Amino acid sequence: MELRYSEAEESFRATLREWLEHSLPAVPPQPSREDWVARRQWDADWQRRLFDGGYAGLNWPKEYGGQGATPTEQLIFFEETAKARAPYVGANFVGTLHAGPTLIEEGTGAQKAAHLPNILRGDEIWCQGFSEPGAGSDLAGLRTRADRDGDDYVLNGQKIWCSFGQIADVGEFLVRTDPDAPKNRGISWLILPMDLPGIEIRPIKTALGSSEFCEVFLTDVRVPVSQRVGAENDGWRVTNVTLKYERGTAFVSELIDSLRLCRDAAKLTSDAAHLRELGHCYAAFDGLWSLTKRNVSQTSRGTAGAGGMVIKLAYSEARQRFGELCLRMLERDGLHIEGNELVEERLRTLALTIAAGASQIQRNIISERVLGLPREPR
Amino acid sequence: MDLELSDDQVSLRDGIQALLAGRFDMERVRTGFDRAMYDELAEAGVFSLISDGFVWADAAIVFEQLGEFCVPGPLVTCAITGECASHVETSTVAIEHVSTVDYVYQIADTVTRAPASSFSGVASDWPLDPLTPILKVGSGVFGESVGDAELAQAFRRRGTVLTAAFQLGMAQRLTTMTVDYAKSRVQFDRPIGSFQAIKHLLADMVVRNEVARAAVYAAAAHLDEPDESGLDRTIAVAKVLAGEAAVVNGKTATQVHGGMGYTWEVDVHLYLKRAWLLETHFGSAESRCDDLAAILSA
Ligand SMILES: Cc1cc2nc3c(=O)[nH]c(=O)nc-3n(C[C@H](O)[C@H](O)[C@H](O)COP(=O)(O)OP(=O)(O)OC[C@H]3O[C@@H](n4cnc5c(N)ncnc54)[C@H](O)[C@@H]3O)c2cc1C
Repeated sequence: MELRYSEAEESFRATLREWLEHSLPAVPPQPSREDWVARRQWDADWQRRLFDGGYAGLNWPKEYGGQGATPTEQLIFFEETAKARAPYVGANFVGTLHAGPTLIEEGTGAQKAAHLPNILRGDEIWCQGFSEPGAGSDLAGLRTRADRDGDDYVLNGQKIWCSFGQIADVGEFLVRTDPDAPKNRGISWLILPMDLPGIEIRPIKTALGSSEFCEVFLTDVRVPVSQRVGAENDGWRVTNVTLKYERGTAFVSELIDSLRLCRDAAKLTSDAAHLRELGHCYAAFDGLWSLTKRNVSQTSRGTAGAGGMVIKLAYSEARQRFGELCLRMLERDGLHIEGNELVEERLRTLALTIAAGASQIQRNIISERVLGLPREPR
Repeated sequence: MDLELSDDQVSLRDGIQALLAGRFDMERVRTGFDRAMYDELAEAGVFSLISDGFVWADAAIVFEQLGEFCVPGPLVTCAITGECASHVETSTVAIEHVSTVDYVYQIADTVTRAPASSFSGVASDWPLDPLTPILKVGSGVFGESVGDAELAQAFRRRGTVLTAAFQLGMAQRLTTMTVDYAKSRVQFDRPIGSFQAIKHLLADMVVRNEVARAAVYAAAAHLDEPDESGLDRTIAVAKVLAGEAAVVNGKTATQVHGGMGYTWEVDVHLYLKRAWLLETHFGSAESRCDDLAAILSA
């Protein structure tokens, strides 16, 4: 056990800090939530700055334009950018963290060349079309069909909860290519240009009152077979190849933000019960920050503990508890959202226990993979 | 930066685990703390780790194992004072292990102590933790000054970390016991561990352990650093999370064991009762949350 970072890591941190100090003043103010054209531009600009500064694709291998950074450097990157209040990954999320790594692992030379440089430069925004009205937690039950017709697939079906769908250029889509195979065997992974004829995108208004995600209707959409990544019907495996890019750093920015918000919230109250609960929330976040570091320590050694599975579940629940506390502390000052980060966050974080694996599913996974208990029906 | 055990620390953990598994099974543990047990642990080096060249992170690993085995006795006090001693903090209404130890320390604004033989009172014939005898005293006179506020702070920091490590070990062992039971106990023709309501309770035990372990290791490693900034915060976090893990896992373990969980025979209650006892050492989860809030507001 050792808390101190190596000299090389400290120098990575110092250089990054200097770069942030120099770069952040040039970043214009964040556009409003519903100004999607400006939001896309703002997120893309930040990605471009990262690219120019040598920080794009931190965990991508160097041969694909990434930085080949160590897990600890990645941790430091997220920590420092969050502390400096730099823009969050935003609309670049799917491209840089999911689709890009998938292409690196499974894409053809042509697919890599067509997309990887664009993703790194912020020139291409991706979305993820996995979930469907009938396939959420049970994703393998998805029904959007891709029927082969010559060199094309013809797509028919509906996707839902597609974040950033309204501004994406390209989507990673899971479709059913063999309706007769067992659920997770007949699925393929496609690169879907979002401007193809037959694609209709309808934003959905969230509980926050904004439109963060969309429904995507697919009617006779023709996609060349060459847009498939991996073998036909092997899409379920392809979606999981990104796991090795998971280094337990997924919640670093959120945790650093949460610790800051705890400090801010301490100024809101002198009520002893509120303060005690605030101390409790802080303990949860700080413990998770240590668990994140422990996770990264394990990844650096090429081992993996249960931490990765635990952080998402524990963080999202702690964050909701904290949000609840903030509303009680604000009392009637919390009755408007504008200018009230804590209230806005309370609403945004309602989704944390649902998106990307609901808490119940996370508990199933922990009890089965970590404890070896009998599996749920699938 | 590395919050995982080093190879040496893995050997240390395995060594103490083997020693405890060999000599401190539950049958022995249930006989309680006595001088022979103290001598045996002292000989194994449990109370002299720092003077023997180990660091606090190592000590935490050892105390985590002592917690796994629910070893009775004022082990943390012995390790921080270097004496066969128990301690009180502010209140002296109940003193632990008086008939076995040499000294009772008071770790408050300063550190004072008195020979254990100087305390008189009524021995509880029904202590909350059956393995922790309690002497009910009206008041005590801690006549001898041992150290100033600085020593009191050092004792409190070290004591908190080792107690948290012990609580962590208890939380972990409660989980193992309960998972084993859930896999073997059959109702409605299947193991109760296949019911989602049970699986989710067990998953939450894992969550508490993982977060508490990271917090305890971070606090222990921080004790070894010369830079004390943030140290009290890290230590408070460890105590909150490990204390909760032990107590809540104890309650969950009772529930999952069904009627067996409410028996004297099954070990669960011994862990739960010790967990409650240790919440009165070096600050309960609640008081440590208050400390954290005070640090945040400062
Ligand atoms: C903000 C946000 C952004 C999202 N972005 C995207 C995106 O970009 N692309 C995309 O494809 N998807 C996206 N999603 C979808 C997300 O992955 C799904 O919402 C999630 O997988 C849950 O599916 P569901 O909403 O259909 O809920 P359901 O699966 O219907 O679950 C409803 C409830 O039932 C519980 N439940 C279900 N099955 C079980 C079980 N076996 N055991 C116990 N309980 C169970 C769940 O825990 C939940 O509480 C997003 C969701 C949100 C909220």
